[in-house]
Amino acid sequence: MDGTPINRDLLLERAQALIASLESAETSDEQLESQVDEINNLRDNSLFKELGKMTREIHDSIMKFRMDNRIADLASVDIPDAKDRLEYVIEMTEKAANTAMAVIEDSSPLAEKLGGEASQLKSQWEKFRKRELSQDELRAMGHDVETFFDESEQMTNKLLSGFTEIMMAQGFQDLTGQIIRQVISLVHEIESNLVALVKIQGESLVKEEKLDSKEEGKLEGPQVPGKETSPDIMQGQDDVDDLLASLGF
Amino acid sequence: MKILIVDDFSTMRRIIKNLLRDLGFNNTEEADDGNTGLPKLQSGNFDFLVTDWNMPGMTGIDLLRAVRADEKLKSLPVLMVTAEAKKEQIVMAAQEGVNGYIVKPFTAQTLKEKIEKIFERIEG
Repeated sequence: MDGTPINRDLLLERAQALIASLESAETSDEQLESQVDEINNLRDNSLFKELGKMTREIHDSIMKFRMDNRIADLASVDIPDAKDRLEYVIEMTEKAANTAMAVIEDSSPLAEKLGGEASQLKSQWEKFRKRELSQDELRAMGHDVETFFDESEQMTNKLLSGFTEIMMAQGFQDLTGQIIRQVISLVHEIESNLVALVKIQGESLVKEEKLDSKEEGKLEGPQVPGKETSPDIMQGQDDVDDLLASLGF
Repeated sequence: MKILIVDDFSTMRRIIKNLLRDLGFNNTEEADDGNTGLPKLQSGNFDFLVTDWNMPGMTGIDLLRAVRADEKLKSLPVLMVTAEAKKEQIVMAAQEGVNGYIVKPFTAQTLKEKIEKIFERIEG
C-alpha cells in the first residue's frame, strides 16, 4: 500500500521513550500503557488517512464514470440503434433469399418448357431423317422450328435477366457486412467500458479519451430505413443525382 | 477498355465485374483497397476505376485523391459505388474530382447509365 508513510522520526522517538520507561524502575504501569497507546495512535492515524484517500479516489472515479456522456449514449442511443440495424440485416438477408428463390421458381418452368420442346423437335427430326414424315407433317415441323427459335430467344433473355436479378440480390452481403462490423465495434466499446467499471473497484480509473461517436468525417455506412432522416442524408440514387446536378455534374 | 474494381467485399467486386461483363467490358481487375489498388493503377494502363469508399487500409476517397495527384493517372475516370449517402461526403467526392457517384444498394440499370454518361462526357 503506497499511502501516507508512517512518520519514522516520531515513531523512533516514541519507541526510544518507551524503552527508556521500560528500563527505568520508576515508571508506573499506567505510564507504560499510555506510551504504548501513543505508538498505536500513530499507526491508526496513517491508516485512517490512507482509507480516506482511497474513499475519495473511488468516489471520484464513480462520479467521472457517471458523468461520461458516452456511457449514457451507449445505453440510450447506440444499443437501440444497433438492434434496429441488426433487424435490417435480417430483413435484407430475407429479401435477398426471397429474390433468389422467386427467380428460380419463375425460371425453372421456362427451362423445362424449352427442354421439352427441344426433345419433341428432336423426335420429329429423327422421323424426318428416316423419311417417315408426310408433306403436312414436314410443314408442321417447319412451323414448330420457327416457334422454337423465337421462344428460345425470348426465354434465354428471361433467364439471363433472372441471373442478373439473383446476382444483384447478393449485394446484401456487402451492406450487411458493413452493418455487422459497426455492431461488432459497438460491442468492443461496451466491453472496454465494462472492464473500466470493474477496474474502479480495485484502483483509480484512468479514463482514456473516448472519441465522440459522431466525429467529423466519420463514415456512416449503409442507410437503414427509418433511420438518419436528416436532410443531409440522401435517400437514394435520385437524391444523389439531384445533388450532383446542383454541383454542375 | 481495362477497368479496375476496388472494394473490400469480394461479393460486391464480383457483382460489379459481372455487370461490367454484361455491358461488354471483359477486361477487369480487382483490388480490395486503395493500398493494393493504387500500385495496380500505376503499373497497369487502366482506362477506368470503379471504387468503394469505406475500406480498411486506404479508403476510396484517399485513392481518388492519390489518382488526381498522380501525373500519369490524374485524368483517369473514377466512378464511386458506395453505401455512404451523406450530403457532405458526396460533395467532398465531387470536389476531389469524382466522375460519377452511385449509392448502394444500386441497380444494374443505374451502373449502366452512369458509365455511359461518364464516357459521353469524356468523348464529348
